[in-house]
Amino acid sequence: MTSEISIQHQDFALADEVALLEKDNATDGAVVTFTGRVRNNNNDTEVSTLTLEHYPGMTEKSLAKIIATAKERWDIGRVKVIHRIGALTVGEQIVFVGVTSKHRKDAFAANEFIMDYLKVQAPFWKKEQSDKGEQWLDAKHSDEAKAQQWS
Amino acid sequence: MINVVFFAALREQLDCESLTIDSNELNTVADVINQLSARNEQWQQKLNSASLLSAVNHDMVDKSHPVKAGDEVAFFPPVTGG
Repeated sequence: MTSEISIQHQDFALADEVALLEKDNATDGAVVTFTGRVRNNNNDTEVSTLTLEHYPGMTEKSLAKIIATAKERWDIGRVKVIHRIGALTVGEQIVFVGVTSKHRKDAFAANEFIMDYLKVQAPFWKKEQSDKGEQWLDAKHSDEAKAQQWS
Repeated sequence: MINVVFFAALREQLDCESLTIDSNELNTVADVINQLSARNEQWQQKLNSASLLSAVNHDMVDKSHPVKAGDEVAFFPPVTGG
């Protein structure tokens, strides 16, 4: 079985990831995927590049815990989380979460849960290069509030 | 010894990626913060920020979490991935 977590510099292809989630998997009728991309504008700033830093070791551990919690909470099959690191330009893919389940309800919920917790617990940091120079992004209270809705 | 690592904006503000400190007399994450805060005003201010997050051996913990020799203690700002 392929790993559920991948922290990587290189891009990923949605079709390939869906194919892996579906391969030899006749029990799960639902496949829910989320892809996050670099936006061109953040807080009225024209973004040119994002640089993603992470904490190797803790990143994988925190994502594994989030996935384990999702599996306890919902009846889901396969899970895949990809997060890219390094320099990314506008429009590039940053993050992928894929979840399979027998039925769509659990797959939708678990996917959103994993993404919400990744946002507030996985040790990634974005530095933004824009027309206003270079700055580390501030965490959003709305992300914290969104994750707390699950507790 | 305890290995201490810093990330993102905090790493740049302290101009320090990692250091090791003697674990004698250090019982908790708060003790680590107190010892490092004595270095100078910049360390004092940044390590006592209300938003500072800490981890011990790759698990997010609060400041009362125990530390012991061989641990890796990390300090970083709120995370912004995804």
